[in-house]
Amino acid sequence: MDSQHKVVLRERDIHNALLRIAHEIAERNPDRQAPALVGIHRRGSFLAERLQPWLAELVSDDVPLGDLDIALYRDDVATRADAPVVHASHIDFEVTARTIVIVDDVLYTGRTVRAAIDALFDYGRPERVQLAVLVDRGHRELPIRPDYVGKNLPTSKAEHVHVHVHELDGIDEVVIAAAPAVVGA
Amino acid sequence: MNLLSIDDLDREAIERITDHAARFAEVSDREIKKVPTLRGRMVLNLFYEASTRTRGSFELAAKRLSADVVNFAADGSSVEKGESLKDTVLTLNANKPDAIVVRAPWVGTAELVSGWTDAAVINAGDGKHEHPTQALLDVYTLKRRLGKLDGLGIWIVGDVAHSRVARSNIVAFQRMGAHVTVCGPPTLIPRGIEALGCDVRFTLDEVAGADVVYALRMQHERMADAPVPSLREYAACYQINERRLTARQILMHPGPVNRGVELSGGIVDSPQALITAQVQAGLVVRMAVLYTLLSGPRAQAPLPEPQLA
Amino acid sequence: MSAAPLLSRPSPSADLLFRDVHVLDPRTGFDGRHDVRVRAGELAELGAAGTLEAEDVEVVDAQGRYHLLPAFFDTHVHLRTPGQEHKEDLETGTRAAAAGGFAGVIAMPNTDPVVDSAALLGSVREVAAREARVPVGFLPAITVGSAGVQLTEMAEMRDGGALGFSDDGRPVSSAAVMRKALRYQRLCGGVLALHEEDVSLAGKGVMHEGAVSAALGLAGIPSVSESTMVARDAALAAYEHGRVHFQHLSVHESVEAVAAAKAQGVSVSAEVTPHHLLLCDEQVRGLDSSTKVNPPLATESDRQALIEGLRSGVIDCVATDHAPHAREEKEVPFEQAPMGTTGLETAFAVLYTELVLGGVLELSLLVERMTAGAGLFELPVHRIAAGEVANLVLMDLDARWTAGEHGWESRSANCAFAGRALRGRALLTVAAGAVAYRERSFSLVAV
Repeated sequence: MDSQHKVVLRERDIHNALLRIAHEIAERNPDRQAPALVGIHRRGSFLAERLQPWLAELVSDDVPLGDLDIALYRDDVATRADAPVVHASHIDFEVTARTIVIVDDVLYTGRTVRAAIDALFDYGRPERVQLAVLVDRGHRELPIRPDYVGKNLPTSKAEHVHVHVHELDGIDEVVIAAAPAVVGA
Repeated sequence: MNLLSIDDLDREAIERITDHAARFAEVSDREIKKVPTLRGRMVLNLFYEASTRTRGSFELAAKRLSADVVNFAADGSSVEKGESLKDTVLTLNANKPDAIVVRAPWVGTAELVSGWTDAAVINAGDGKHEHPTQALLDVYTLKRRLGKLDGLGIWIVGDVAHSRVARSNIVAFQRMGAHVTVCGPPTLIPRGIEALGCDVRFTLDEVAGADVVYALRMQHERMADAPVPSLREYAACYQINERRLTARQILMHPGPVNRGVELSGGIVDSPQALITAQVQAGLVVRMAVLYTLLSGPRAQAPLPEPQLA
Repeated sequence: MSAAPLLSRPSPSADLLFRDVHVLDPRTGFDGRHDVRVRAGELAELGAAGTLEAEDVEVVDAQGRYHLLPAFFDTHVHLRTPGQEHKEDLETGTRAAAAGGFAGVIAMPNTDPVVDSAALLGSVREVAAREARVPVGFLPAITVGSAGVQLTEMAEMRDGGALGFSDDGRPVSSAAVMRKALRYQRLCGGVLALHEEDVSLAGKGVMHEGAVSAALGLAGIPSVSESTMVARDAALAAYEHGRVHFQHLSVHESVEAVAAAKAQGVSVSAEVTPHHLLLCDEQVRGLDSSTKVNPPLATESDRQALIEGLRSGVIDCVATDHAPHAREEKEVPFEQAPMGTTGLETAFAVLYTELVLGGVLELSLLVERMTAGAGLFELPVHRIAAGEVANLVLMDLDARWTAGEHGWESRSANCAFAGRALRGRALLTVAAGAVAYRERSFSLVAV
């Protein structure tokens, strides 16, 4: 890894952060019905998948798991050069009157979460929606605040935060990368 | 970006649209069967031919994506006497539609319209020429049922001469790896059709070899030219029925069906008929087409790039 | 026939000296550099290059770079007068002719109304005598209203200047009516020029029937729609000892039918258009309505048969079938568009570029076929020889231009060759002894 990249969370850090989040979710939701986890496609889905068994054990109940593709709810459809690829969402449980925890890897401007909340409401009317993120890097553009944070990571806007997960990338880590130098501009 | 002819799409592009369509299928299962993707976009249905089905399908697809829909329907014959097609398009274009869905009884109309507007133009049928979204939904339906089209033998049976569906499907099915045979009365098979790469048969003798039989609508209104001696004789020679179709074969039809003419009543309701699946596919495929053509910047107007994360 | 067969507006006779110009006339045998003097509209003198004195007249000093050809003759144009002057009129149509190097054209009668009486013929001839830049002859209709039922008063119209007769745009469908016209021809003379199409076979067709029409879903016109009628009328002409001219041949079967008739000694002749010689149904795939013509563009092998027919002489001459249509009439879906392409301004250049430079035809043969039409209608053929009336075109064969780049002399722009890169351009046309056209950027050097 070159000097432009800095690993800020390693496998063990990520494991611990997620485990702590699972505990916090259980503590904050003592209702008789367990909350459901909905990961945002794609890496949020894998994080939600990992949270699910821990949470289920902590609340001694089934924890429904879903995933959400927000491509159809993006606010930049009109300005992107091409159509974002759409993936199917999977919400196979009753959303209405349940607490839903949205899970994503990085919280940045808040626009993705806004889109996810919109998408979720097309499946029903949840009792309550909470937000869990592995990394909060700041620079919010919308009034959105996470309920559960793995790690706060102050960054400059020029930097990129990459979350890598085993399932897709073969490694669990969080990396900060400097913005690539602009060539020929 | 326009969708004027199935010929404009290579295999990869066809697959991209049908893959998207598969994902849109999920939207129809939600409590709110609508997504905000194309909010604020306007889709204009410009229909010079009566077509409740295709127009309804496009309208619903646009609405499922939250686009606004305006319908302009005109009887071709009355328009010929009045305002020209060009003037109509220029007038409607003043409202800045983002997409114009064109159905007309004249070959090349959608292409002509695309020269007069910045909107994305979608050919919803131009004369006897093409009906690309029908071909896409038929490919989608077959992929859903069979996984792929590679190596399939597909027979398109009936009035090929007057069928835009036949023309688009011959091209699309072949592009997806299937082998196409057209079959019908010699008077309804256009001279030179084999140049599209398909085989031609005048009897159903070898239809048992087909994996898929795609029956075309036998249009009563064409009977004025008497291309066949009678519908009774047509049905005797070309009707797809329980006797001619074996259980392993799949039956398709673009609708609306003339029961007792090109299809027997019983076969329409059999499990091997995908006719209802084709109608359902029409919605999601048209959603995918609208999504593909309409997401992305409308004009060159530069807008600040919002960040998403 | 008492009246003058060709008419144009009165123009001052030309006095010109072409110096060191490459004279090419396949009939008189000139093919080399000469000086040519035109005095009072007549070819007064030909001499070796650099030998003729300038007698205080305009001098075109070609320095061997330009060709002087006998001006072309077109047996088939639509000048749209009367009734369709929004497409073309006698002035704009003959201006286009002069710009293309033509010094004589024959106008078809399918106007509104159809020219089918001596009175109507008289009135269009009057307009020609007032407005036409190059001499125009007329073929009034064979049948009243070109409806194919009742013969027109052919004898009276022959006296009134009719070169012959044609129902062009439509066929004479009834064999009985055709036969009647051929029998009546013994009284009145005049060539019967025939648009051959079996309308029951052509049906609602809008293009040639074949692989392209099948792919486009357009109704096709089968080749036999034309060729069976050619064969029928050749047989009728043989039976009645008549004289017929087959217009705009388009398919190989028709060429074969004409060849067979000629071999039997029947008095038939035939023409072919530049678009049928150079384009085929593949060009219709783009659905450009300027490629919608009647008869339709057929296949590549038909095209080859037409070229061979022109070369061998089975086809006697090139005719443009110049058919102007207004922009709004052609700016519609293909099936709705009227049939026809303009052709006068591009005919020589497209044929020279594609066939002569393409090594298919000799230049002298092309010049012969572009001038031969006059003879088929019993008119003097343009020749370059001392004592002849000056009908000349000065041609820059090296000029490169793009069809339509500076607009058109014709009132209409529906040219199937628009946008083509071409070689060969008329610089000056002398028609019936008067200067009918000068290319804009070409100035004569006065001495």
